[in-house]
Amino acid sequence: MKKTALIIIAVLGILLLRAAEDLPSWGDPQSPASVHLSNYYLEESYEETSVPNIVTAVLADYRSYDTLFETVVIFCAGITVLLILRRTPRRWPKVISPRPNRPGADIILQTAARLLVPMMQLFALYVVAHGHHSPGGGFQGGVILGASLILLALSYDIEMALHRFKEKFVLLFSAGGVLLYAAIGLVCLYLGRNFLAYGAWADLLGISELAAHSHGMLGVEIGVAITVLCIMFSLYIDLASGGDLDEGL
Amino acid sequence: MEDLFNYIIGRYNYWAAIILLLIGLYGMIAKNNLLKKVIGMTIFQAAIILFYVSIGDKRGATIPILDHGHGTHQAIEAAAYANPLPHVLMLTAIVVGVSTLGVALAILQKIYRVHGTIEEDEILETIDQ
Repeated sequence: MKKTALIIIAVLGILLLRAAEDLPSWGDPQSPASVHLSNYYLEESYEETSVPNIVTAVLADYRSYDTLFETVVIFCAGITVLLILRRTPRRWPKVISPRPNRPGADIILQTAARLLVPMMQLFALYVVAHGHHSPGGGFQGGVILGASLILLALSYDIEMALHRFKEKFVLLFSAGGVLLYAAIGLVCLYLGRNFLAYGAWADLLGISELAAHSHGMLGVEIGVAITVLCIMFSLYIDLASGGDLDEGL
Repeated sequence: MEDLFNYIIGRYNYWAAIILLLIGLYGMIAKNNLLKKVIGMTIFQAAIILFYVSIGDKRGATIPILDHGHGTHQAIEAAAYANPLPHVLMLTAIVVGVSTLGVALAILQKIYRVHGTIEEDEILETIDQ
C-alpha cells in the first residue's frame, strides 16, 4: 500500500509541478484571477454598497446567496454530529449542575478563564459589528464567541458551560441564525425585489438604498455569527463527551 | 543562473501548496489509522486554501479594505488592493472545513464504539467475522 501510494504521489507531484510552470508568477497584478471580476468589485463595490471592507461586501452582498448556503452547510454539519453521537435520554435523567469545587480543579486556570471569557466575547462582538470597516465579519466573530464558550467548558467542565447556555437554546439559536439570514432575504422578496437584494430595506428603515445595503449586510453577518457560535459549541460538547454531555475532557 | 533564481522565486507559492497537497494525499492513501487519514484530509485542505490565497496576492498591494472616510472618495486603483475574491471563497471554506472535520471525528467515535478500534485492517477483520 505504501509503495503504491508513493508511486501515485510521485506521478501526481511531477504532473502538478510541470503544470505550475504555466501559472502566473506570484504577485502578478495581471494574473487571470485578478483582471476580470475582482477589479469590478474593487472599483465599484464602495459606490454600490458603501462598505469599505470589500471582502465583506462581496461575501454578504454580491455572493450572499452562496454565503446563506455555506451557513446551511455548517448548520447541517452540527445537526449530523448531534444525530451520530448524542445518546437518547437515559432512564435516570442526570441533573446538570455546575461543580466548581471538584477535586483536581485548577484555580489558576479557572480564574484566568473567567477573566478571559468576557474579553473574548466583547472582542467577538466588535469583530462582528465592525466587520464592514475592518477585518472581521460573522464567521470570524462567531468562531471567537464559540471559542470563549469552549474555553469555559475546557477550564471548568461541560456541565458548567451548559448550565450557562443550555443545549436546547444552543440548538434553537443555531437554527435561528440561519432563519434570520433567510428572513432578511425573504423580506426583500416580499417587497418586490430579488432575494437578498438589501435595497428593499431602504423604505422600511427610512434610510437610503446605500445605507440599506450596509445594514442588510450587518443583519446577515449577525445571523451567520449566531449559527457559527452555536454549532462550534455544539460540535465541541458532543465530540468531547462522546454525546453524553457530562464532564467531558 | 538568475533565470533559475527568478523562476524559483516567482512560483514557490505553488510549490509549497503542491508539497502540502501531496503530503495530505499520501496520508489519506497510505495511513492505516482512520484518524491519520482525517489529518491528511485537513492538510490537503490547508494546501488548497494556501493556493487560493496566494493567487489573490498582488505585488505591493495592501489588504482589500478601502481607506474610508465618507465623502472624500477618490478613484480606486485595482492594482493597489489584493484580489478580494479568493479571500471570500476561503473564508467560508475554512469554517465549513472545521464543520466537516467535526462530522469526521463524530463518525470516528461511532466507529470506535462499534468496532473497538480505528485501524482500518482491524476493522475489516471484525467485519469479516
